[in-house]
Amino acid sequence: MIAHLPVLQVVMPLLAAPLCVLVRRPTAAWAVFLAAATLCFGCALALWAQVQAGGTLRYAIGNWPAPFGIEYVVDAANVPLLVLVSLLGLATALFARRSVQDEIEPARSYLYYACLCLYLSGLLGIAITGDAFNVFVFLEISSLSAYALIALGRRRQALLAAFRYLVMGTVGGTFLLIGIGLMYALTGTLNMADLAERIPALYGNRALSAALGFIAVGLAIKAAVFPLHAWQPDAYSEAPSAASLLLAGAGAKVAIYAFLRYAFGVFGAELVSERLPLAQIALLAGIAAMLIGSAVACFQTDLKRLLAWSSIGQVGYIVTGLGLATRQGLAAAYLHLVNHGLIKAGLFAAAGIVLLRLGSVRLDALAGLAQRMPWTFAAILIGGLSLIGVPLSAGFVSKWALAQALVAGQHWWMLAAMLASSLLALVYVGRVVEVMWFRTPPAAAPAELTSVGMPLTAWALVLLTLALGIDGSGLARLADAAAATLLGAGR
Amino acid sequence: MIVTHYNYWIAMVLMMIGLYVVMSHANLVKKLIGLNVFQVAVFLLYISLGKIENGTAPILDAAFTTYSHPLPHVLILTAIVVGVATTAVGLALAVRIHEAYGTISEDEALQRDQQERDAA
Repeated sequence: MIAHLPVLQVVMPLLAAPLCVLVRRPTAAWAVFLAAATLCFGCALALWAQVQAGGTLRYAIGNWPAPFGIEYVVDAANVPLLVLVSLLGLATALFARRSVQDEIEPARSYLYYACLCLYLSGLLGIAITGDAFNVFVFLEISSLSAYALIALGRRRQALLAAFRYLVMGTVGGTFLLIGIGLMYALTGTLNMADLAERIPALYGNRALSAALGFIAVGLAIKAAVFPLHAWQPDAYSEAPSAASLLLAGAGAKVAIYAFLRYAFGVFGAELVSERLPLAQIALLAGIAAMLIGSAVACFQTDLKRLLAWSSIGQVGYIVTGLGLATRQGLAAAYLHLVNHGLIKAGLFAAAGIVLLRLGSVRLDALAGLAQRMPWTFAAILIGGLSLIGVPLSAGFVSKWALAQALVAGQHWWMLAAMLASSLLALVYVGRVVEVMWFRTPPAAAPAELTSVGMPLTAWALVLLTLALGIDGSGLARLADAAAATLLGAGR
Repeated sequence: MIVTHYNYWIAMVLMMIGLYVVMSHANLVKKLIGLNVFQVAVFLLYISLGKIENGTAPILDAAFTTYSHPLPHVLILTAIVVGVATTAVGLALAVRIHEAYGTISEDEALQRDQQERDAA
């Protein structure tokens, strides 16, 4: 049983999806999703303990030995991500019960839970697999379920958002497929460890460069890296609350991890940063994203849209970190990947509570929220401070790590851009706080909060980011180990 | 180069035609058709990778010694399934958009949203 944990991590939520469809009743489907998410989280923790104790785990699917069969690999580089994704899956499950009653027709809610199961399974699959083609399959499982999740949003705009994401996402997925095909044509293997051994001999080959380019663009679309982010604000803001929690918290992060794995674990840092200017392009895109994403966030009139644009800015920090292509830079990127996942999930959970009680997340509807819903306001405030990167918040820890990496590389103007982006974050968070704190609330009282799971989720995530902000050294060690594994794999 | 590797050229030309259709049309169904052309081009790229000159179908038989490579074909079988699923979801969304907006043109749907916002 213990030996099969790597495959159970993915198979459990995958099997839970048809089970959700079979049981049909909303409560029963929710219970199936909750059970699957809980088991997944337990499984991820068990894998973590095993990796800490004994190093890398390799699991040959169906007992076909690698490199011929598909191999699942659990190492220091992906185990924190597995824990993050399955934790957010569990958070979504706790959160979903009440918010789904409010936002999704009862007759359709079992399908919503089934899609959440599939989405979780796809994300975990991308994180755990050691096979280049398998990444594509899981990416499409997660994307297809994401399109359906977004389309279930309460307004008709959700349908258009889902369709646009479908078009962009499919182009991205197909680009990834081309890249993998070119790699396969050159090397004759799809196993990542095997590829990493064969690729350095091919440096300078144009098809190899094209493969890297296709994979980078494909995954950048999925991760909503500027300038390929066009689908993201609509998708995040129109999706139902529980789905946007998981989409914003885990979706883009997994695509970035996949890129890290391909770029550094398969192609190698030498090709990415020295022979091809990909790392420099990543730096430029990252800097542009942090400035433009944060600046556009300042002009949003809808809380969820504002958070979505802020995500584009925050992904910029991660991309800048990986663009440095140093161990320090990658560790900072990984740290921010985890921290921002938790922060944004907590904020979207709080936005879900606001939507449930006020029926709107437009900023003018949130006037005086500090008096009307002080606890939710406090959660949004703590999350917002973390987005800015105020000391003692999780955001500070990862931005500090990134600043140190930039200083070590003597990238002064990038450091200046990063500080400017943090100031812009201060503006957009300040706007939200100004509306909620200083404006007079309307006379009508908000609806009663009849849920335990929703505030529990929001506060658990917010307190977790606070804990990571106060003592981030444990996570920093994990991120450093992940960066070392990514850079050292196969070399 | 062009003659011996014509399969790559065909795949690339089809790919670009598909992408162009996706970008240039506002009609959601036409966009999906473009997306399909784009995906099929990549399928062709993979399938032609596995073909070996004078190779036959990879079914072991004493009469043959050269076989085409089956793995790219199997991979593309998976990708075809993904493509079918994507098209199905896309068409389902187009139907829902038609129900909600009364049009399958992206531009018109956006216009109607804008009018709604202006009226509010």
